[in-house]
Amino acid sequence: MITLESLSKRYGESTVVNQVSLEIERNSITVIVGTSGSGKSTLLRMINRLIEPTSGRVLIEGRDTRAEPAHLLRRRIGYVIQGHGLFPHRTVAENIATVPRLLGWETARIAARVTELLEVFQLDPGKYAASLPHELSGGQQQRVGVARALAAEPAVLLMDEPFGALDPIIRAKAQDDLLGIQRRFGTTIVLVTHDMDEAFRLGDKVAVMSQGRVLQYDRPAMLLIRPTDPFVTRMTGLADRALRLLSLITAADAALPGTSEGPAVQGSASLRDALSELVWSGADSARVVDADGTARGRLTVAAILAHGHP
Amino acid sequence: MPRPATVLRVAALALLIAFLVTPQSFAPLFAPLTQYGAPPIYDQGNLLTLALAQLGTVCVAAAASTVVAVGLGVLVTRQRGAQFLPLSRTLVNIGQTFPPVAVLAVAVPLVGFGERPTLIALFAYGLLPIFENTLVGLRTCPPAVMEAASGMGLSARQRLFAVELPLAMPLILEGVRLSLVINVGTATIGSTVAAKGLGEVIIAGLLSSNTAFILQGGLLTGLMAILLYDGLSMLERRLLRTLTLD
Amino acid sequence: MRLSRPRLDALGAVLVVAGAAALFFLPFVVFKSNRIVPGDPRTLGAVLPGWGALGCEAALALAAAAALWIADARVRLVLALTGVVAVALAAAAAGNALTPPGNLVVRIAPGAAFWTLLICLGLLATDATTRLRPGPALRVLLLAASLGIAGLTLAHGTFDHLSVMREYAVNAVRFARELRQHLALAFGSLGAAVIVGLPLGILCHRLPRLRPGVLTTLNIIQTIPAIALFGILMAPLGALAAAVPLADRLGIRGIGAAPAVVALFLYSLLPIVANTVAGLRRVSRSAVEAAHGMGMTARQVLLGVELLLALPVIVTGIRVVLVQNIGMVTVAALIGGGGLGAFVFQGIGQTAIDLVLLGAIPIVTLAFSAALVLDALVEAMDRVKASA
Repeated sequence: MITLESLSKRYGESTVVNQVSLEIERNSITVIVGTSGSGKSTLLRMINRLIEPTSGRVLIEGRDTRAEPAHLLRRRIGYVIQGHGLFPHRTVAENIATVPRLLGWETARIAARVTELLEVFQLDPGKYAASLPHELSGGQQQRVGVARALAAEPAVLLMDEPFGALDPIIRAKAQDDLLGIQRRFGTTIVLVTHDMDEAFRLGDKVAVMSQGRVLQYDRPAMLLIRPTDPFVTRMTGLADRALRLLSLITAADAALPGTSEGPAVQGSASLRDALSELVWSGADSARVVDADGTARGRLTVAAILAHGHP
Repeated sequence: MPRPATVLRVAALALLIAFLVTPQSFAPLFAPLTQYGAPPIYDQGNLLTLALAQLGTVCVAAAASTVVAVGLGVLVTRQRGAQFLPLSRTLVNIGQTFPPVAVLAVAVPLVGFGERPTLIALFAYGLLPIFENTLVGLRTCPPAVMEAASGMGLSARQRLFAVELPLAMPLILEGVRLSLVINVGTATIGSTVAAKGLGEVIIAGLLSSNTAFILQGGLLTGLMAILLYDGLSMLERRLLRTLTLD
Repeated sequence: MRLSRPRLDALGAVLVVAGAAALFFLPFVVFKSNRIVPGDPRTLGAVLPGWGALGCEAALALAAAAALWIADARVRLVLALTGVVAVALAAAAAGNALTPPGNLVVRIAPGAAFWTLLICLGLLATDATTRLRPGPALRVLLLAASLGIAGLTLAHGTFDHLSVMREYAVNAVRFARELRQHLALAFGSLGAAVIVGLPLGILCHRLPRLRPGVLTTLNIIQTIPAIALFGILMAPLGALAAAVPLADRLGIRGIGAAPAVVALFLYSLLPIVANTVAGLRRVSRSAVEAAHGMGMTARQVLLGVELLLALPVIVTGIRVVLVQNIGMVTVAALIGGGGLGAFVFQGIGQTAIDLVLLGAIPIVTLAFSAALVLDALVEAMDRVKASA
């Protein structure tokens, strides 16, 4: 859906992005991960032409992004940055309505969309629509930032370290919310982060960048099982790769038929969490249940461990 | 129980209006200051008309300065005008050392007496505070907000009018306020070149050694300047509250 | 070496167009057979012998070329200054050429073209200087050099035939007196303000409760226009002079310098007090604590540490006051206080721009020099503080 063809960016003598080619699939979350200075933010900003490539091109649904003026392109792409960048002099509703207004939507449609988004992001419209950004907490501001990016129903959403400024507890919730939103709206999301945990948690596919190059672009499990570069291994972490692999599989997917007397484990929980629960309780097996309580099977320590290696 | 500042403000405004509308009622206050039976209240012109004329000159000049200064400020902070930025800041620095009286004095032989040299002097001297503040206001826009605005697809013009200028507005208004207050003072000197204003009263007093006239002119101008300064401060504070930047 | 097409400098283009238009369409000098008549305009070519005009135009052409195509700031500066010298000398030569020998009545005034060219070249030089970013010492040196050269040429008599210098010749003694008076009033009120304002500022810093009251009062004083304050002070000072004969003999009278000095003193208080408070507030707590901890007395800490560290901000306040006062003393002439303003207002009254310039040019030069020197001082102090 998004094709990056040999994208490069040079500033004078230094090359910040070096011949990057990626194919990003529709209706997925692609995470670009790397240390600071790896060029990941620059790469992201070349997709919506906030930075113009020195060479190479970007195709979105087959169309070259240079075929139209940059500011028109960006109205069809959602963009979320770490500082959220909400307009301090406009209310929450006005902030969210910015791009729909630019696109000329009717007032009724805009109002309906604003209310819908506020509800999706668990912000009471009656209370928050008329508030100014500085009256909201950091977590709420971040949610409004994402809502604003999604207001015009873009097919693509670009996010640059969107959860970096949140404290760890809120960050986990925000990440989960993002997964839910992607499922609900079917948006193609490209997200940049330096946090490998976040990449593994969110990404359908992960691209590892270093010094302007993409070292490996694959499903997260493959980064662990078949890393193509020592840097990838360093980033994913050698010491706990088994546990990382376990974190990619849900208890429901790995459940064996049968039941158990042991502790209950949520079907949506990862095998890593399930293992932790079993070790803590000292039991041999656990029963897997759904959120509403229906039994899904059982898990033994041995069964879990079997998933922990390639 | 209203705050003391508000009481003072309202009292000052009431005093000013009362004096301008019914000056003769204050005659007994000023009588002791005159000698040889000179008139205690300025009688060579209507005080209210003079005050309004001075206010008018000041406001016209301020409006012109604002338009030009903000325009220049915007131009110089765009990419195309960036090469003019260092020079413009030096000129602002230099310009602030020019005494307004000198500008007035040099303008007279060029455009004659009356309102015109005063307007020129007020316009020129009023440019600087507004320009400097526009510069600071536009350049301290939070970068995250600017990036988000670009990223969302606002064109450069839309960014300027919807984001940058509104956010810079408190500072620009501060510059306009400074400019206005300085101008009220300079406009008084304009009376030495026959511009209509309260300076006339002071100068008449100086020429005829009538202390009452001098005091009237001085106090009226002072009151006007203080009330203007104060009123605009309140406006600024209101604006700042809505625009608290995070 | 990369050969690139020379790009036209936008500022240079504006200045060259303005300057060229002025040179060809506006009068370079105005010939007046005496002080009062309006005079006929003369262009550069009409006034100077062939080679003189050509020389001046060549210098201007070089400056224009630099402005348009040369990016090196040093070259631009040098050629701009050469242009200024050429224009000034051309005006002087025009004066000489047009004045019949021994005639003291004729007035040759610089015309619109002269001023426009001077402004354009000045802007070019200023732009080049800004790009070079000279340090404080160099700036003061450049100022001293410019003033020195200007002073020497004036003393030498190069410009004697120009109208402004004619006026000076007529008023030479009075000029010296008024200049002294102007400086005395400006620096005197500044001195008084520092003597009172500095301790007041320190007091406001120590006792924050005082601050709003003091600063609001000073702010209110600041908004009262100059003439108004001069006028308001005349009454009490006149009464004082009448009641206390000693005061009258000391020169404290209702009119004259006294109300001007008192008014300027009052105006100067706000910047001094406000900057003293601001400067002291910026002094780092840890430096002060360390000083106390070392056993310094409160006075030693104040004088040796706090004031020293607050000095740059305080001197900035002094700079604001000095520049402001040099300008405001001009108005003092209206109430008989003397100073260069006397020439300015006399010139306005007689519609003689040369008299106005005789007063205005020194005032502007004084203000500009004061600003430059004190700014350089502040910058030098900041650099010392930064490296310490």
